[in-house]
Amino acid sequence: MKVAIIGVGTTEFGELWDESFRSLFLSAGLSALEDAGISGKEIEAIYIGNMSAGKFVDQEHIAALIADHAGLAEFGIPAIRVENADASGGSAFRQAYMAVASGMHDIVIAAGIEKVSDASDPMEVLSSAIDQEWERFVGANLPAIYAIIARLHMHKFGTKEEDLAMIAVKNHKNAVHNPKAQFRKEISIEDVMSSPYVAEPLKVLDCAPLSDGASAVVLANEEIAKRLCDTPVYVKACTQASDYFSIQNRRDILTFEAVVKASRKAYKISKIEPKDINIAEVHDSFTIAELIAYEDLGFAKKGEGAKLIREGETEIGGRIPVNTSGGLKACGHAVGATGIRQIVDLVIQLRGEAGKRQVNAENALALNIGGSGATAVVSILSR
Amino acid sequence: MVPRIWRRIRYRYNVIASYCESCGSYYYPQREICPKCRRRGIVKEVEINDEGTVLSYTVVNGRKIALIEFKNGTRMLAEVCGDIEIGSRVKKAFRRYGEDGEAGIIYYGTKFVPII
Ligand SMILES: [Zn+2]
Repeated sequence: MKVAIIGVGTTEFGELWDESFRSLFLSAGLSALEDAGISGKEIEAIYIGNMSAGKFVDQEHIAALIADHAGLAEFGIPAIRVENADASGGSAFRQAYMAVASGMHDIVIAAGIEKVSDASDPMEVLSSAIDQEWERFVGANLPAIYAIIARLHMHKFGTKEEDLAMIAVKNHKNAVHNPKAQFRKEISIEDVMSSPYVAEPLKVLDCAPLSDGASAVVLANEEIAKRLCDTPVYVKACTQASDYFSIQNRRDILTFEAVVKASRKAYKISKIEPKDINIAEVHDSFTIAELIAYEDLGFAKKGEGAKLIREGETEIGGRIPVNTSGGLKACGHAVGATGIRQIVDLVIQLRGEAGKRQVNAENALALNIGGSGATAVVSILSR
Repeated sequence: MVPRIWRRIRYRYNVIASYCESCGSYYYPQREICPKCRRRGIVKEVEINDEGTVLSYTVVNGRKIALIEFKNGTRMLAEVCGDIEIGSRVKKAFRRYGEDGEAGIIYYGTKFVPII
């Protein structure tokens, strides 16, 4: 069964001191329902992407909690939390997609939420997405793993720290026109280059912030979508893959095998090729991750990712604009919400509602990665 | 979290990999199942005492963390004490890794030092 997105909503991302875990979700969920033009009683199931409410706000069992506070307790619908580190949102989206595609449900919500700013060290929590016993024990954290990958990419392919800086600069520039973005401020190459190292060669401004935020989308089968919505956006494919958990076990640490596997499958299912993708939201938790995504998604040959950013091909106006929302780097990274936020932004683009960052696009791709790449979710959307 | 550390102590003090007798693959860290052979694999533990080569590294929180490759193809993430670059040769050294603040237990593990 064909599946369409008929409503989207997101909170602003950032350090939202006035917002609680519950208020964030409510705000995103209600705006998605309003956008879809439905009351809420039509919803048959709800899928919530969330990495670590237990560690961040000391609350587990959040799916039923959210369904209740969203006013859905009377209906008793199934509410499911999905956890795949910072790919939780993408994975929740895929579960929701499968529920509708299979005919099990007609209309569902996929949402993502994370409230990180109550925790004393959010990056410590995110770093639990890598191997505690064999990576964390020896002193590595998530930035360290990406840094080791970045240094080898530079050594092998001649990628420069300045190339990575250009990705941060581009994403900040895009975020200026995104009202939901955390950092709506341009930065320069010099700003990035002079920011301190977090994990050599990655600097503060190569790293996405960890943010509070929630996002939600309403999915429905084609028949309902056409009845309720003038501008449905179709899910042409939504695929997921996993890889060896630790970089110790990957034959080539410069390739995210899960991204390659998920994207090849998505291209095959959708019959849409990399050259047909007009816009992408990719997982730039670290600038090197965006650069390698260019290669693994087939936008550039292996080792030639830097060429794309040097030649402006991934800027707005370029051949394949990437992260027109500002990406995780500048829109913010609300961990379990990010995968849904990417879908929200692509739907806004495909509907032609993106204002100053509008790209003329027919086909869009989202890539959501968990931790250091052991999980990848790829979605292809079309008008 | 202390029990988790002690349970693995033999593997912290030595570099122990797995060798699959069915297909000849090596894995680090030690694992129960060969991903190539799965149920048909016959997996044995082997100790690695070789020198290694730095494949890549970073400096984080003042510590040098490297991905080290051994002759049998296995790779290990470990702290290196001393100056290194990609391609540097390193050897094992038994060192303190940290301590558990609450329990006050100091734990040790395998680090590496450059071969000069
Ligand atoms: Zn085997």
